[in-house]
Order: sequence, then structure tokens, then C-alpha cells
Amino acid sequence: MESVLEVRNVETYYGAIMALRGVSLDVKAGRIVTILGANGAGKTTLMKTVSGLMDPEKGQIRFLGQRIDGLDPDRIVNMGLAHVPEGREVFPYLTVAENLRLGAYTRKGGGIAEDIDLVYAYFPILKERRGQVAGTLSGGQQQMLAIGRGLMARPRLMLLDEPSLGLSPLLTQEIFAIIARLNEEQGVTMLLVEQNAHIALQTAHEGYVLELGRIVMAGTSEELQASEDIQEFYLGRQGETQRAQKRWKRRKTWR
Amino acid sequence: MRAEAISPRRGHDVIQLLIGGIASGCIYGLVALGFVLIYKATEGVNFAQGDMMMLGAFIALGCVNSGYLGLAFLPGVLLAAAVMGGIGYGIDRLVVRRIFGQPQFALVILTIALGFVLRFVAGTIWGYTPLVLETPYAGQAVRIGGVIIGVEDIITILVTAGLTLLLWLFFARTRIGLAAQAASQNQLAAYIVGIPVRRVNSLIWGLSGAVATVAGVLYASKGAIDPNIGLLGIKAFAAAVIGGFGSLPGALLGGILIGVVEPLAARYLPGGFSQMSPYILMLIVLVTRPAGLFSQIQAKKV
Ligand SMILES: Nc1ncnc2c1ncn2[C@@H]1O[C@H](COP(=O)(O)OP(=O)(O)OP(=O)(O)O)[C@@H](O)[C@H]1O
Ligand SMILES: [Mg+2]
Repeated sequence: MESVLEVRNVETYYGAIMALRGVSLDVKAGRIVTILGANGAGKTTLMKTVSGLMDPEKGQIRFLGQRIDGLDPDRIVNMGLAHVPEGREVFPYLTVAENLRLGAYTRKGGGIAEDIDLVYAYFPILKERRGQVAGTLSGGQQQMLAIGRGLMARPRLMLLDEPSLGLSPLLTQEIFAIIARLNEEQGVTMLLVEQNAHIALQTAHEGYVLELGRIVMAGTSEELQASEDIQEFYLGRQGETQRAQKRWKRRKTWR
Repeated sequence: MRAEAISPRRGHDVIQLLIGGIASGCIYGLVALGFVLIYKATEGVNFAQGDMMMLGAFIALGCVNSGYLGLAFLPGVLLAAAVMGGIGYGIDRLVVRRIFGQPQFALVILTIALGFVLRFVAGTIWGYTPLVLETPYAGQAVRIGGVIIGVEDIITILVTAGLTLLLWLFFARTRIGLAAQAASQNQLAAYIVGIPVRRVNSLIWGLSGAVATVAGVLYASKGAIDPNIGLLGIKAFAAAVIGGFGSLPGALLGGILIGVVEPLAARYLPGGFSQMSPYILMLIVLVTRPAGLFSQIQAKKV
């Protein structure tokens, strides 16, 4: 099967802090791959390194066969990789429709109006609120908007960083159902970071476990679900690992 | 009889004062607009904004005056705005971008130093004796129902209104304008959707250079210019603060407020108040509406 994303021995630093210590992973076309890991394991760092928001110190990243490590994010989006970041990063003073249109910023040619309709079909509430500024949406609606905005790039691969963050269990179920549908109906390959290992392993085809910047386990979802370590550390304590909304948006310090 | 004869004339006086004040306020407002544009793009204050206005005025003078290039007025001014736009773009591309990610005061120091450099450059090229920009409307005035209004004041007000409309159209209606808004609202998300954030920031610097040139030309059509006129930037800074430092219309209104209060204070208050009035206004606004002042920025962080 064709590899959409190949990550090889990637090391990423924040100053002197080594956040990724040689990570390798593969995402095959049409799959949903999940990354499990405790807080601070380096999941967000990995996503940022793949999408070009951070540059790896060492290692290689290939997307659709081409090297992308060290490229600027706009080039990488242009190649068909959409990153839905952690914590509802919408454009707060722009409307829902404008946010969606910006998701197609790198696209040339038509079909944008059709794709906005497609997003509205998956998230009807966004259609209802299309003229409202994004900052006044509820948290769950902002998360839907961020996912919809990612879709507008018509991505071959979508990075989803904790889509359930701060959402009610019901809404989490709903979002993951939509993620699975997008994968089936639109053929979007997904790399998914999620604290809720239960739902992540139900939705994904395969997964990796990241601990302190290293991949410590890999396998299909069934294998991971059956593993005793996973059951003990990720599935058993599911209730505790679900965190309250605690993000304080840091601007411009991450680069 | 006498009282009747005097009172309408006094009324005219005040109207003239007001119109002159609005016109100078437009110039403060345009410079304040430059502050806000750059603040929104890079979250830093460009303390060289007044000096960019000064340099723009001199470049326009170099394009238009008969001793220099001697172009026709309008093409000359447009060329100057384009050149200054390029200089603004270049300042960001070659200088400001290098300190990206440094603490805020690095940009403050850098732009203050930049102001000195621009003053020095202008002084070296055009000298320190005041020069007069040759405008086709110099010294003309119209009389509307007994009120005498300088043509340059009318032009200043109309040009400011037109430029404001153009800027609004740019930000609301164009792809790159929407991208600039997006980049100022959420930089991380802007990168993620593929906006070339740094190039957009450079464009904003260029835009603010062009706007500064227009302000400089309007300023120069009211009197002589020398390399120190950029000090007007301090008043424009006060205007931007009064306007909330995050909003383009706020900056313009702050400028007009200062422009109107200054001559009124000169006329009706003891000497000295006029010069202090912009800063007194700024303090009043800061003390009474501290929340309203930076409201947009605070809302952004939540
Ligand atoms: N801007 C930063 N500066 C310094 N260190 C950072 C920065 N961002 C993250 N780190 C560190 O890098 C490590 C990995 O962080 P990362 O955000 O990738 O974790 P995560 O797995 O996404 O955690 P969470 O589940 O809480 O989102 C952590 O130890 C964190 O403290
Ligand atoms: Mg994270």
C-alpha cells in the first residue's frame, strides 16, 4: 500500500529541550492512524513538525514521496496536507464562511463554493451560523469549524490534534463519527492525536504510542486494544486522562 | 445691531477652525493608521512611522519639484508612494524579520534607531533647511457662505476619506486583505491554512509606507518640510492610543479628535494647553477607558 507520510528518526527541540527523540512512523493511504501518549509526550510537537510549523533538527519527513522537512507550512499545505491544530485555532473576528474560505487559501481554480456546501453537509450547525464571527461560536462549534477549514484544502492527509478537547462525550462521539465518515466517503487519510484512547482506537485502523518523545509501541487498533500495557495505562484510566479545557493560547512563541 | 454683526462672523471663525482641525487631524489619523497596521500585523509598534511620513514627503518632493525630477504632481506622488511602499517592504524583509521572535523591546529599539537613520538619510539628501513641496493647489482657498476654506484642507479631508475607503475595500474584499486580517487575528492558524505570513507582514509594512507618504504629502501641502517633521509621529501615536490601538477607524477618529482639540485649546485655553492637549486627551482616555482601549486585543487572547 502506498505510503502517504513517512517520518524517519525525527528529532525536534524547543531550545535545549528535546521534545522528539527520533520518531519514525508511516501513514498509508486511506487509513486512520492514531497517536496515543500522555500529556507532554510530544504529540503536538510531532504534528507541528510534520506540518512545517517547526523544523526538525534531524531526520526526514516524506509526504507523497517528497521531502517536506524544513519546508514552510504554506508549501506543505499546498501539497495537500491539512493540519487541524490543538485548541480551536479559528480566526475569531472573521465569519464562519470567511474562515472556511481561508481554508482553501492555497487552492487554485474553482469548486470552493461546492466544498463549502460539503462542509455544511457534514456540519449543518456551521451553515446555520455561517454569518456569525467565529470567536462567538461555542467550543464544539469552533472545533467543527477548524475541521471544516482543514477539509477546505482538499487534503490528501489530515492531521487532527485532539479534536475532542473540551467537548462533551456526546459531541466527541459525533465528531469521531464524522471523522470516520470523511475517511470512508471522501477518502481522506488521517493522522489523529487523541487523549481518549478508547474512541481513538475504535475509530483508527492502527496506532502508535508515544512516550517522552519516543515511539514505544505500534500496531493495529485490535493489537493495541488487546495489549495489557495499553489497557492499563490508556484504556483503564480513560476517565482521568480526559482533561478539562486548560489551554492558554500562546501566540508567536512557538516558532 | 453690533452683536448681530459679530456673532455670525464668530460662527464662521469656529467653523474655519474646525475644518482646519479636521484636516490636520486627518494627517495625524493617517500616521496613526500606519502605527495600527503594523501593530496588527506584527504586534509591535513602529516608532519610525513619523519618520516614514517625513521620508515619504521628501521623496514626493524629489519626484515633483522642478529642481528635482519635476514630474507632474499626481504621477509624482503616486511614484513616491510606490517607492516608499518598496522601502517599507524592504525594511521589514531585511531588518525587522531578522528579530522575529525577539522580545518586544527589540522592535522598539530597532524602530527608534531606524527613525534616526531615516532622518539622517533625508538630511543628507535634501539638507536641513525647510523646503516647500510644489503643489498645484498651493495657497488657494474657496469661500462657502462666508467661510474661507483652504483647498489643501478640502483635499486632505477628501483624500483621507478616499484612502480609508480603499483600505477598507482592500481588507474586506481582496484575498490578500482577508489573509492579512487572518494573520493578525491568529498567526498559528494563518500559517496552517497556508498564508505566507511573513510575506503578508512585509506587504503590510509596504502599505504603511505608502499611507505614510500620502500623509507626508498632505502635510507638506500645508507648509515647509524638514527632516524633523517626523516628530509629529508622537501625536499620531497618542491618536492611535486614543483610538484603541487595534482599530483602523479608531486611529482615524483619534487623529481627528486631536486635530480638532488642538486649535480649540489654543483659542480658548491659556497658552501651553494646546501643545499638551493630545497627551492630556490620551491620559484621560487611558484612565477612564482602560478596558475599552485594548478591548480587542484582550478579547483576542481569551
Ligand atoms: N513552546 C515550548 N517551549 C518549551 N517547551 C515546550 C514548548 N511546547 C512544548 N514543550 C515541551 O515539549 C514537550 C512535548 O510537548 P507537546 O505539546 O508536544 O506534548 P503533547 O503530547 O501534545 O501533550 P498534551 O497531551 O498535553 O497536548 C513537553 O515536555 C513540553 O513541556
Ligand atoms: Mg498536545
